[in-house]
Amino acid sequence: MESRLNTWVLGLLPLCVIAVAVVGFAVLDGPGLTARNGPPAEELVVERTVLGAGSIELVVRNAGPDPVTLAQVAVNDAFADFRMSEPEIGRLGSANVRITYPWVDGEAYEVALLTSTGGIVAHEIPVAVLTPDPSGFIGLMALLGTYVGVIPVAIGMLWLPWLRRVPPGWIRALMALTIGLLAWLAIDAALEGMEVANAGAGALGGAGLVGIGAIAAYLVLSGVQNWMSARPGQTGGYRLSLLVSVGIGLHNLGEGLAIGSAYAVGALALGATLVAGFAIHNTTEGLAIVAPVSEERTTPFRLIFLGLVAGGPAILGAWLGAATTQPALAALLLGLGVGAIAQVILQLTPSVRDGGGRFLHPVSITGILTGMLLMYATGLLT
Amino acid sequence: MDNGKNGFHPTTLIRDFDRGKTSLLADGRTLREWTLVAREKEIEVAPGVTFPAWTYNGRIPGPTLRATEGERLRITLVNHSAHAHTIHFHGLHAAQVDGTAGIGLSLVQPGGQTVYEFDAEPFGLHLYHCHVTPLAHHIAKGLYGVFLIDPKEARPEADELVMVMNGFDTNFDRANELYAVNTIPFVYMSDPVRVTVGELVRIYLVNVLEYDLVNSFHVHGNFFDWYPTGTSMSPAEHTDTVMLCQGQRGILEITFPREGRFMFHAHQSEFAELGWMGFFEAGCGPACEKSG
Repeated sequence: MESRLNTWVLGLLPLCVIAVAVVGFAVLDGPGLTARNGPPAEELVVERTVLGAGSIELVVRNAGPDPVTLAQVAVNDAFADFRMSEPEIGRLGSANVRITYPWVDGEAYEVALLTSTGGIVAHEIPVAVLTPDPSGFIGLMALLGTYVGVIPVAIGMLWLPWLRRVPPGWIRALMALTIGLLAWLAIDAALEGMEVANAGAGALGGAGLVGIGAIAAYLVLSGVQNWMSARPGQTGGYRLSLLVSVGIGLHNLGEGLAIGSAYAVGALALGATLVAGFAIHNTTEGLAIVAPVSEERTTPFRLIFLGLVAGGPAILGAWLGAATTQPALAALLLGLGVGAIAQVILQLTPSVRDGGGRFLHPVSITGILTGMLLMYATGLLT
Repeated sequence: MDNGKNGFHPTTLIRDFDRGKTSLLADGRTLREWTLVAREKEIEVAPGVTFPAWTYNGRIPGPTLRATEGERLRITLVNHSAHAHTIHFHGLHAAQVDGTAGIGLSLVQPGGQTVYEFDAEPFGLHLYHCHVTPLAHHIAKGLYGVFLIDPKEARPEADELVMVMNGFDTNFDRANELYAVNTIPFVYMSDPVRVTVGELVRIYLVNVLEYDLVNSFHVHGNFFDWYPTGTSMSPAEHTDTVMLCQGQRGILEITFPREGRFMFHAHQSEFAELGWMGFFEAGCGPACEKSG
């Protein structure tokens, strides 16, 4: 008893010393250290632009080490009236800057935020379009998510009866094809994630968030997979299908996010071509989900569930993307998709092995390359 | 290039002077009246390139308002556009009718109208333009025109031309993609300005170019008399090149002694090659000697 207490005290002692040292350091104002050389480093990132009638509203985040005070705002080289709750933005803090400006539909603007030290943070609005009110398009985003996520996945799953009739050699090829499809999705999500992350505040993690998301998803899914395989009554094929669904679902979350945010900033023309492109692209995902269960019995309920797990997140993503574009969050979500897909690919490898136990045989190599090519080609439609 | 659809043609606009509607006041002076309507209009500024312009009376430049020194002028601005506008005249007038946002008559809101009234003074070549912020935008979109006040004692008889040096920022990056005199790039290359050998040609030259610091006018093979702002009857210089900042203007008097095609253009070669160049076609009139 006494020895356990001692263990605790010994463990906590260094923490107490750190606390005392930090407080003392702060009270004495960092003895022995000189102030910064040169002016404070200012780094502001515009995370969101909302164009209303006669106004431009920016959500600005301070990504630098020092507080930043916004003093003036100029639009297209002309000073403009603006309002913000608090002119000083603390480290990692954010502020709303509402600028009164009679912007004209379809024209380009450059907003220059002039800080109290005279520094300029420039923000481009390549094409000014009225930002839609998020509450007004919950239905539209749900419809869009259903079009690009749920319906195509469901259509792709209709290959199941056909899959049941083809010889095992074909299944191996199809599993390889699935790996190719998924590999392309992982690459796509990783690149998209890094692009989004770099647009946001580097201090919040930047592209590293994609890596964190990927590792987290990989580890969690591995844990889930181990837990499921330990439970009785779970067939290997269904378990694999579910994992594929989760991986694809996380990918579709990212896809929905991209569509929603593009729509919110007016960068996306919603049209039949776009929706059809995404639909064809995502139909192949349905095939990937049902391939693992082609050799075993399964219930319609389970299939519907698999479809929703894979396609449903597109709706959620579209909502999130349209309502708020927080680059750090988007990067993390896209990273989750990458990790999930990597884990799924690892799970699929045994089903590609041929009689001799080889993974990379001519059929699997052809399948993987075909899968990537198929995704690339259908991606051109979007 | 569909000048018909634009509703104005640089080859007719160059000799188009709008003298308004006149009546006599009780004190015997002439009252001259115009109505200008501000409206949005798609203008084809180069073959196949449309520009969402803002115009006075559906044309760029707006009508060339011509009066004589000492007359009473009354200009009604009707705003049929989606943005507030004004007309700010260069010339002498009360602050009340200056057409500046926040002063006197101030803004003319969409659907509204206002009347600017003042005396025509001083004589010379002036301009008018919208003076609403953001100023560069309101001018670059096309809201400007020439305001010409003739001296009481008329200038000598001449073939008179209006040339407004302008440009268009078609991608809204605050730099011009197209340069021209009278809006349409290169128009006087394919359709030269026809003048007569031995006859006095008077050019009313105004620079309204936004986004570039200066503009200029140069003519080949000839010299001209230069009357800055047209406020003096004696020329300031005999030259073949003048430089103007935005809002600067002047009168050129030139007599072509020889037949032939003579180029005129901005002497910023970039502007010239992006549209601001043209030809005079000096032809043989009754007094012309074929020998040249």
